[in-house]
This record gives sequence, C-alpha cells and structure tokens, in this order.
Amino acid sequence: MTAPTPIRTKAETALMAQYEALRRELPKQAAGQSAREAAMATFAASGLPHRRIEAYHYTDLRNLLREAAPLAHRPSATAGSSVEAGRFLGDIDAHEIIFVNGSLMHAEGLASQLPKGVSIGMVADTAPGILDGNDAVVALNTALSRETVTLEIAQGVAVERPLHLAFIQDAGAPQAVFARVCVRIGEGASVTLLESHEGPNAIATQSNIGVEIAAADDARVEHVRVNAEGDKAFSLSSLGLSLGHRACALSLNLILGSAISRHQILARFAGAEAKLRLDGVGMLDGGRHADVTLVVDHAMPGGESRELFKTVVDDRANAIFQGKIIVRPHAQKTDGKMMSAALLLSEDASMSNKPELEIFADDVQCGHGATCGALDENLLFYLMARGIPRREAQAILIRSFLGEALEELSSDELREALGGLIDSWLVRRS
Amino acid sequence: MPAVQETVDRVRAIDVDQYRWGFSTSIESEKAPKGLSEEVIGFISGKKGEPQWLLDWRLEALRRWRTLEEPNWARVHHPKIEYDELYYYAAPKKGGGPASLDEVDPELLKTFEKLGIPLKEQAVLAGVEGARVAVDAVFDSVSVATTYKEELAKAGVIFCSISEAVREHPELVRKYLGSVVPVTDNFFATLNSAVFTDGSFVYLPKGVRCPMELSTYFRINEQNTGQFERTLIIADEGSYVSYLEGCTAPKRDENQLHAAVVELIALDNAEIKYSTVQNWFPGDKEGKGGIYNFVTKRGDCRGKNSKISWTQVETGSAITWKYPSCILRGDNSQGEFYSIAVSNGHQQVDSGTKMLHLGKNTVSRIISKGIAAGHSDNTYRGLVSAHRKASGARNFTNCDSLLIGQDCGAHTVPYIESKNASAVFEHEATTSKIAEDQLFYCTQRGLNEEEAVALIVNGFVKDVLQQLPMEFAVEAQKLIAVSLEGSVG
Repeated sequence: MTAPTPIRTKAETALMAQYEALRRELPKQAAGQSAREAAMATFAASGLPHRRIEAYHYTDLRNLLREAAPLAHRPSATAGSSVEAGRFLGDIDAHEIIFVNGSLMHAEGLASQLPKGVSIGMVADTAPGILDGNDAVVALNTALSRETVTLEIAQGVAVERPLHLAFIQDAGAPQAVFARVCVRIGEGASVTLLESHEGPNAIATQSNIGVEIAAADDARVEHVRVNAEGDKAFSLSSLGLSLGHRACALSLNLILGSAISRHQILARFAGAEAKLRLDGVGMLDGGRHADVTLVVDHAMPGGESRELFKTVVDDRANAIFQGKIIVRPHAQKTDGKMMSAALLLSEDASMSNKPELEIFADDVQCGHGATCGALDENLLFYLMARGIPRREAQAILIRSFLGEALEELSSDELREALGGLIDSWLVRRS
Repeated sequence: MPAVQETVDRVRAIDVDQYRWGFSTSIESEKAPKGLSEEVIGFISGKKGEPQWLLDWRLEALRRWRTLEEPNWARVHHPKIEYDELYYYAAPKKGGGPASLDEVDPELLKTFEKLGIPLKEQAVLAGVEGARVAVDAVFDSVSVATTYKEELAKAGVIFCSISEAVREHPELVRKYLGSVVPVTDNFFATLNSAVFTDGSFVYLPKGVRCPMELSTYFRINEQNTGQFERTLIIADEGSYVSYLEGCTAPKRDENQLHAAVVELIALDNAEIKYSTVQNWFPGDKEGKGGIYNFVTKRGDCRGKNSKISWTQVETGSAITWKYPSCILRGDNSQGEFYSIAVSNGHQQVDSGTKMLHLGKNTVSRIISKGIAAGHSDNTYRGLVSAHRKASGARNFTNCDSLLIGQDCGAHTVPYIESKNASAVFEHEATTSKIAEDQLFYCTQRGLNEEEAVALIVNGFVKDVLQQLPMEFAVEAQKLIAVSLEGSVG
C-alpha cells in the first residue's frame, strides 16, 4: 500500500513553470532566492491542496484552480493614476498606498507623503515571518511574489488617518497577481489599516495576497479588509497576525466580490494579555464560493479572543467557515469565544461550518457557536404586517443581521462606509 | 476556571489503576491459526457452519480490506498494529455455541458472576430490583449463553447470537447485514466484515414492544486476540426495543484490538434505544496495555417517524475511535446522541457522532460531555449535515469538555453542513445558551447561575441515563453528577 506518485495537474505544472521564469527575471539575491526555492519545493512536494487535506476539505484547489493564469506584468509608472482606488469606500479620508497588479505604485514619492513615523520600503526576501510556510497557498505566495513591501509604524506613534492599501487588478485578460506586504507596528503605536481589493468584472483574474501584521507590545491596530474583486475573480489571501504583550488587534473581513475566494487568517499570541477580535461579513450570491479559515493560536497566558462571522448566502452560492482556537499548555486564563452565524436565503444555497477547539490548559474559558438557518418567518411577518413588502422586509433583517459584525469598529465613518457596501449588495439583490 | 474538587475526586475514583475487571479466567480455549488469511476466514466460517454466501461475503471483504489504508485522521497515536500477529478466533473449548444454560461451563458462569452479569434467569441484577434483563454473553469470539430466549420468542422477538441467526433466520440476516454499514465502509468495518465472529441479533416484528431490556456483555479473555463482534438490530414497523451493551477485559501488558460493527435499522414508527457502557481495560498508569476500540456504529432510520437513540458512557479503552451515527432517511425521523466520555491516564478518546438529515422534518439532538484528566486526550468529532431535500431539518448540538490537570487536552471538531435553507442547525459549546426562562426560574429561586446550569443540563442527561439498566446505572449516575463547572466548551 504505497502512496501513489502524484500526478501534476495542468495548473500545478504551469505554476512551477512560472516560478522558473520569474527566477530568471529577478536579480540574484541570495536571501530572497533561497526562501523562494524552499517554498517552491514545499509546493512541489504537496501540490495544490485537495479535499483530502483537512484545511482545504471544502475548498478543493486542485479541482477549482484548473488553469493558472499568466503572471501579471509590472505596470508602467503612471498606470496607477488612471485607476481610482477604493471609491466604493465612500469619502474616507486615508493615506493611499496603491498596488496595481501587485506592484507598489509611486514608491519614491510615497515616502514623503506618509505621515511622520510611518515608513515604507521594499525587500527582496519573501520568507514568511508569521504565516505558515508549509501551507501551499502561502508557499506559492512566497515563491511568486516579486518582493515584500514593508510598512513600519515607529514606536509610540499614533497614526491619525487610516493607511489604505489599495490593490487593483488592471487587466484586459486573465492574469495572476502575487503580492506580499509586511506591516510592523512599534511598541505603543496605533494605526488603522484599510485593505481593499478591486478588479474588473467578467475577466478571470487570479490573486494570491499575503499580508503580515506584527503588533509589538502595547500596540493597537484596526484592520479592515474589503474584497470587491470582479465577478470572475479567483482570490486567495492569507493574513498573519502577531500580538505582543497587551497588544490589541481587530481585523474585519468583508466579502462582496470574487467567484471563488479563500481568506485564511493565522493569529498568534506572542505576548501575554493581548486582545484579538476577528470579524467577518460575507455576502454571497450567484454561484459564488467563499471560504474563511482561521486559526487563533493562544500560546501565551491571559489572552482574549473574540470572533464573530456573519454570512448571508443566496442563489446557488456556497459559504464555508472554519475556525480553530488553540490553547497551548500554560496559556492559562485564556478567554476565547467564536461565533459563526449564517443565513441561507435560497433553496440551493449551502453553508459549512467547522468551529474547532484544541485545548491543552485547564484554567481557560473557550466556547464556540455556529448557527445556520433561514430568515425568521415570524420577524418577516411582523414587518410585512406593517406594510413592508417581503423583499424589503428581508433586506431590513439581513442588514441588521450583518450589521452586528461591524459594531466593534471604533470609527463611525468606517462603519457607515461598510454599511453602505451591505446596502449596495441588498439593492443589487432586490 | 479549573474543575471543582468534587469532580476531580469523582474522576479519580475511576482512574485507570482502579480498574476492577482486570482479572483473567483460565479456561481452555481453541484458536484459529495466527494471522489473517483466506484459510483463517474459511476456518471461522467453517466453525460456525456458515452458508456459502456468507463465506463469499467475508472473502470479498478481505480482498477489499487489503486495498484499504488504516485511517489516520483521528487524533490518536498508537504503534503500528500488526494485523498478522493477532488471533482472529478464540473460543472456550467447552460450552461454546448455543448451549442451554445448564450446559455452560461453570468456569464461565463464575466469570460472568464475578462481573455482575447473571446468566441464570431467576437471578436478580445487583441493585436493580424486579428488573429482568435478557443477556447474550459473548466470551472472546463466541456467544456462550443467551437468557430468556423462550420468553422473548413468545412475544415474537428474536434475540440470539448472530451465528445462530445465520443458521435459523438466514433470510433476515442476508437482507439486512451490511445494509447500513457497507462492507467497504471503512478500514475497520471492512476488517470486521471479513473476520467477525459473534455478536447479537435482534429482530422485532411489527408492533411489538420488547417485554424486557436486551443486553449483550462482551468479555475479552484470551491473549493476543482481537474481538470482532457484529450486532444487527432490526425494529420492524411500530416496534420498540431498548438494548444495552457492556464490555470488560483483563489487565494485560499488550494492546488488544476490538473492532466491532453495529447496525441498527428502524422501520416506520419504530424506536431503538441503544446504550453502551464501555469499560474495556484502559491500560495502566504508564499507558501500557489496554484495548484499542475501533468501532463502527450506525443506525438507519429507514421508516417514517422512526427514532434511534444512542447513549454512551465511555470510561475504558486505551484508544476509543467511535462515531455512532444516525441516517435520518424517513420523514419526521429522529436521532439522538448522548455521550459522556471520561479519559484518564494515557487514554485517547476520539468520539462523536454523525447525523445525516436526508428526510423532511428530521430532528437530531447531540449532547456530549468529555472529561479529560491525567495525560489523556479527549476529542469530540461530529458531523451534522442536511441534504438538499431535508426541508425543516432541525439539529441542536451541545458539547462541553472539562480538563483536570495540566497534561491533558480537550478538543472539539464539529462539522456542520447545510444544503437546505429551511434546515435550522445550532451548535454550541458553552453553557450559556440554555433557555433563559429556565435559567431565570432557577436563579430566581436562589441558585446561582452555575448551579442552575448544572441542574438543567444534568437533569436533561439524567433523564436518559436513569433508564440505563443494570448496575452500570450506578456508575453512570456518578459520572453524570460530575459538575459542569469550569467546562471549556
């Protein structure tokens, strides 16, 4: 009973060929190159993860990713100016850091525009610092990202206006984008990060974005990520979070676009008494498939984590939530709560929940909940009895259901902007 | 918060070194040659005088088993099992087969007496006054005695060993065997299909309410043997049966394999209640020895309004790997799973259930409590799924785990898959979601919230476990009383 020799799929072969081409193109820098090579070897050994791989049980990449699109070319220096980024976020006043097809635009000019204490740079090394290098998606990101864009917030600096990382796919034909961003927030510093992803409709764009956010002791960060990719997009994204002593982090993920998306989060408690909040809003219709997979790793004592994921699934769409809370031995006094709630709006919609707990310490409080069901008929009746048409009544209930996941945001402006996105989806639906 | 002292004491009282059933009986036995081969299967089949179709069925299973790989997804670790080093058949030389009670070897009777299992019909069970329970006693690979057979036959109930059923009721066995757990279902079920030796067979005709509790007691005695029993229970339309299995084994340094398959079939309006008190030898303090309990249990609610309820109290075995499941095929059918799993020493438990909602308005309820102490690992793994056509399906799941000490682990891995919008699934792993009005009622009368929660949840589970027959009920009750305080979801 020997394991069968892996047969490479077309996409796997293409990805490996892309790596070979990229390797010739990139300058021969030893540090970056070895991490890429190791990552590619990891990928070559495992191939695209399939449903037999537990973490990808519901998102079988071998099956879903049939063709690997060609790598996007680096845009010309002016390309960014023709595309307006993040318009869908309304009038939020932010420092814009624009990436077109994965490449940072106006890198030189940007440094002077950013507020004091914030610096931006680029390094050739793409080795993951927080993300799990053994994960196939992360390995591909490491191997195929051209560089790592680093963003540093100096010790004690409170950045007032949000920093907006706007990723734009500027494509006329299918293309693949790989990018890696690493944000380091110094001791006691605080910042709001927006991360948006946009692309054209009707074009099968692909993306694999890796973001790492390391919050040092006593640092505070609020991170809002919006997936507003085109309706044919295939989006893979990985977020690595690391929390220092008494650090405080919130990350919210809102899914509005993409035909197929998978957002994975790995949050590590590197210091004691840190606080983490992960929220999610998912709006799925048509035949879309969205997977949110997260691991919260309580390695230090006294940590607190809260997760709240709200998803509405319409038409033939398919949503997945996989969440795992790990409490390591000695991570006593950990307090973790995870909740995933889904509304199924049509007969053919489906939802899969897998909230997991892995606990090795005895003095902890951990819980999880998962619910899945249709809109409450009694509530609908109540509204309709007051003359509100069915579709509108549904919209009111959906809006309040999803809105709960936005409540922890500290900025009203941001909450309103995201609420606006929910409303726009509801309008599109009706 | 950490577990309360009362709970710690109770769990200590059933620690691995307190194992009471660890004696062995010296009795002459007959074994099949060591290892797994077509000849051994031929030998087993021949011993039991089986028809050709069953031998072919076994051989096909063996052929399929050779193509399968041992599953490794469960959270358990063990050294590689050498399947060719085991004896697949061991039977006491005297008293094997369907003997009348007077012919049973007195040594065997003494063994079962020592275990508290009366094989005399007039005997009253310890601690259960006036209760009569029909017992099928399985010793290593064979059923040595079945009590109350005549009386049950009067009611039309067939209760016998599966070997006997193959001879006496081949049409029923052939129709239902493997219809819930197919031959190729999984590695251990396939192995069982190839080599199963004995087990119980129950058939309830239409409209019959079984006049007494049925029970099977499994005892492993021989060294180097595995036990592979097969149980098949068929409840025809409108019938009801409550069935209990218990099991123990002597203390030995080696690990022994127990791979059973249980199939339940409930037709229209039928109800099966299946309870297990699993007390196999758990190994010693250092984790040496103990039973590997790899069991496939599945119930098929084939008919409308049928109901299958699994209750399990798991305290034994070095490794437990079992997921009693319900296929809710019939409209309005119900599945229930109540489990208490206590692990101590170096025990590893990976257990849970599957509730597959296929029919309309099907309902399932899962209550699982895991308590881990010592160096043990205790995992709940479960699946609740609603098929596209399962309109109105409803599930409620509650699993709590409790850790005692710093060296153990508790894990929860639930899968909740819904493909139907009108299905309502709720899963919770905390103690906070009990109906507010009930909580309010209790707290209003002066209980604090912790006490109120324990009262409500324990009251709920107790309801089921109080119905456990035999003296096991006493032990089970003690476990139930274990406080939920400090549970971690």
